[in-house]
Amino acid sequence: MPRPGFVLDVDRSTPPILFWRGENYSLEKLPADRSRVIYAPEPEAAIEDIDSAIRHALLNPIEMDPLPTLLFPGMKLTIAFDDISLPLPKMTRPDIRQRVIESVLDLAAEAGVDDVHIIAALALHRRMTEDELRHMLGDRVYDAFAPRGMLYQHDAEDPDNMALLGETPQGEEVEINKRAAESDLLVYVNINLVAMDGGWKSTATGLSSYRSLRHHHNTHTMENSRSFMDQHKSELHKSNWRMGEIMKKHGPKIFQIETTVNNDTFPSAFNFLGKREWEWNARDRAKFVASSAALSRTPARMRRNIFQSIEAPHQMTSIQAGEVEAVHKVTTANVYRQQLVEVQGQTDILTMGIPFICPYNVNSIMNPILVMCTGLGYFFNLYRNKPLVREGGVIIMTHPTTNEFHPVHHPSYIDFFEQVLTETTVPSELEARFEKKFAEDEWYKHLYRTGNAYHGVHPFYMWYWGSHALQHCGKVIIVGGDAPTIRRLGFTPASTFNDALEIASDVVGRSPTITHFHTPPIMIADVK
Amino acid sequence: MANNYPQFKSRSEAARRVLQKGARGIASIEKIAFKGVAFWRRAGFPFRAPSVPRGVSVPPKEPHLGAYFDTSFARKPAARAVRRILVAGPVTAMVKFLARPKVEGIDRLSDLAKRTDVGGVIFAPNHHSHIDTPLMTTAVPSPWNDRLVVAAAADYFFDKRTKGTIAALALNAFPIDRETTSRKSSDELRALLARDWSVVIYPEGGRSPDGWGQDFKAGAAYLSIKTGSPVVPVFIDGTGSVFGKGMKRPRRGHVRVIFGAPLFPEENDNTRRFNERIEKAVTLLGDESLTDFWTSRQRAAAGRSTALTGPEYSGWRRQWSLYEHRKMGAAGQRRRQKRRWPNLG
Repeated sequence: MPRPGFVLDVDRSTPPILFWRGENYSLEKLPADRSRVIYAPEPEAAIEDIDSAIRHALLNPIEMDPLPTLLFPGMKLTIAFDDISLPLPKMTRPDIRQRVIESVLDLAAEAGVDDVHIIAALALHRRMTEDELRHMLGDRVYDAFAPRGMLYQHDAEDPDNMALLGETPQGEEVEINKRAAESDLLVYVNINLVAMDGGWKSTATGLSSYRSLRHHHNTHTMENSRSFMDQHKSELHKSNWRMGEIMKKHGPKIFQIETTVNNDTFPSAFNFLGKREWEWNARDRAKFVASSAALSRTPARMRRNIFQSIEAPHQMTSIQAGEVEAVHKVTTANVYRQQLVEVQGQTDILTMGIPFICPYNVNSIMNPILVMCTGLGYFFNLYRNKPLVREGGVIIMTHPTTNEFHPVHHPSYIDFFEQVLTETTVPSELEARFEKKFAEDEWYKHLYRTGNAYHGVHPFYMWYWGSHALQHCGKVIIVGGDAPTIRRLGFTPASTFNDALEIASDVVGRSPTITHFHTPPIMIADVK
Repeated sequence: MANNYPQFKSRSEAARRVLQKGARGIASIEKIAFKGVAFWRRAGFPFRAPSVPRGVSVPPKEPHLGAYFDTSFARKPAARAVRRILVAGPVTAMVKFLARPKVEGIDRLSDLAKRTDVGGVIFAPNHHSHIDTPLMTTAVPSPWNDRLVVAAAADYFFDKRTKGTIAALALNAFPIDRETTSRKSSDELRALLARDWSVVIYPEGGRSPDGWGQDFKAGAAYLSIKTGSPVVPVFIDGTGSVFGKGMKRPRRGHVRVIFGAPLFPEENDNTRRFNERIEKAVTLLGDESLTDFWTSRQRAAAGRSTALTGPEYSGWRRQWSLYEHRKMGAAGQRRRQKRRWPNLG
């Protein structure tokens, strides 16, 4: 029986606590009697017979007819799937998407369906490489569909292949991939890593364009989502759900397949990173000492390669299929069951170690903008009810935050860092002054459509993710990073964790309460 | 400076002397050998087998060859250690050199590997060549490869003690009687499966005589139903062209091994029905190897999969379609030529 999440009150006998620092980690001593550490629940047991569970979900969907009855000869079937940003880190083969898609194809073949397209629903994310696609779909699906042009990646900048379905009462345009829009059935295969994923966000975001996305990926929506992990208090989700209504009326019939995974994040070589520090045995301690010492002496490129090659032993804990909203309700409950940790009250200082990965730097570099997005956009927002840190409190992150960018994956990020952040770091201001220029830049569009680059507007969205935290907090401090880079982000650099606490005392006084968010593994703080 | 080496008049003389010496040596060895043989002929019991008194009937010797060959030594720790070295070294090198195998579908076994309630697994590949067995011993993934027994024809591999010992040691071969239904073999295989040993059984019963497959015999299905062990269908493509039946020596080629999803006997399955399912699964994998995952499923659903046993007609048309069939498969890769630039003069 896996243990639920846990909040540890730090006392004098508490050992130093693990803090991630990008592609390394350190142990930091937290002040006794006023600090606490939030630990994620242990991984839930996985489904034993995954293939049977998939088959059962397809044959017994929620509020929809079984998949075989929706398939008929001569129909247009489109299968869309989540891109490389999920799950994190990438899972060991076979990926869930492969298994689900193979099962759907089995049924489609039995029904005599010939016209099948498989589309990576990557919105404005980067196109994936062949290796990445093979990893998530498996060689069988790739070899059968890619050479015939029936497996491809969504192109949000191809005007000929986008279809406008209509507008919501709030004037939000709903534009999605034309092939998906014109299909007799759209099967969406999702992996729900966090409660934010799935539902109408899958299709209304994954298969849409800048024209649609700008209505919910903006400062106003982000600042009013409290938080993204709580669908009912998230403006982002409300906008997606409004778009969903339009898709229901004017779009294709959608058969949504949502899956959840447990938070088994690290393979055996790194499993101590998911353990509670006082439960580390001699081997864990030896692994920590050896790996952190070795990593600090390893060149950055090699360190990245080591961490990016990690394949998580995530396993599927549930699968449900059918009508989008009904399915998503069950999925969200399953995600909460795995990830929710009850926490009493807010804190003055929230500390978090920023790990090596976020959804946008898979096989890539965690650049300074992504550090901001991971800390303030994702970790800060992993709450329900209230943020972990009080209004006007301080966030302390640990990360090297070097001025390094992946030129192929993040070309527009480089210009964003050099041209936009030098002018302003206020989300609403940079949105008004610079977003359009980046979004419509032909060179960025070209790189997005033909290379492996994120769309020109993507760094703006990353900055908007953190806008709620920027509005909420009094100060953001990054420990152990490159000082000029951190100052460019508008944050305060600190050399050590104790220095950071000293700097924070200007805002929160000499004896603040401290909460450390011990993630990964991913969890959601249910703050009472 | 004086030369200390013996001087010969000519090279021919030197050669003659060497030959003479050699001949003398051989003659002396022959003399000793003859003496030994003569002694052996003269010697009686106990140096030779005793003669049998008249009127006494000698009980027949316990058979120890064929299906009765005792292979238990091959599953002892020392033999397993030797086999690990053999399989990792010469066997793998030979297979890689001759067959250049491409192994696919191992991901389909990922759940099976995690199941604690499943011990031994029955691998059921089609069979075209002697190279299939070394190929399977190198292709079967962990955790089954370390405890893998291969069912081999008792009349072929275990007809001589040396041959049987080598087969048992190098490949962990286990004798199966092809001609008669032997309870001994099946009981021992069941016992092995119960002790978490996995088994490779060729349901076709022997190598293909003409390049096409043969109807599946129910051995694998029977064992699975009796033990509850899953059957993993496997399709091997291309070994018929590497070292098929009737070939005097092997030829290098390209081979594909495709593992299918494991099959468990269902409640209403009898041996015949389960055997049909196994055959169908291998046929589907065969089609997948010729086409692709999606096309094979479409063809299977429409009942248009290419049967393992080939077309119904016989004679030259059957051979002719085999040629076409092979061209589409892994064996056909050898015949594909590299792209050539046009000669522009």
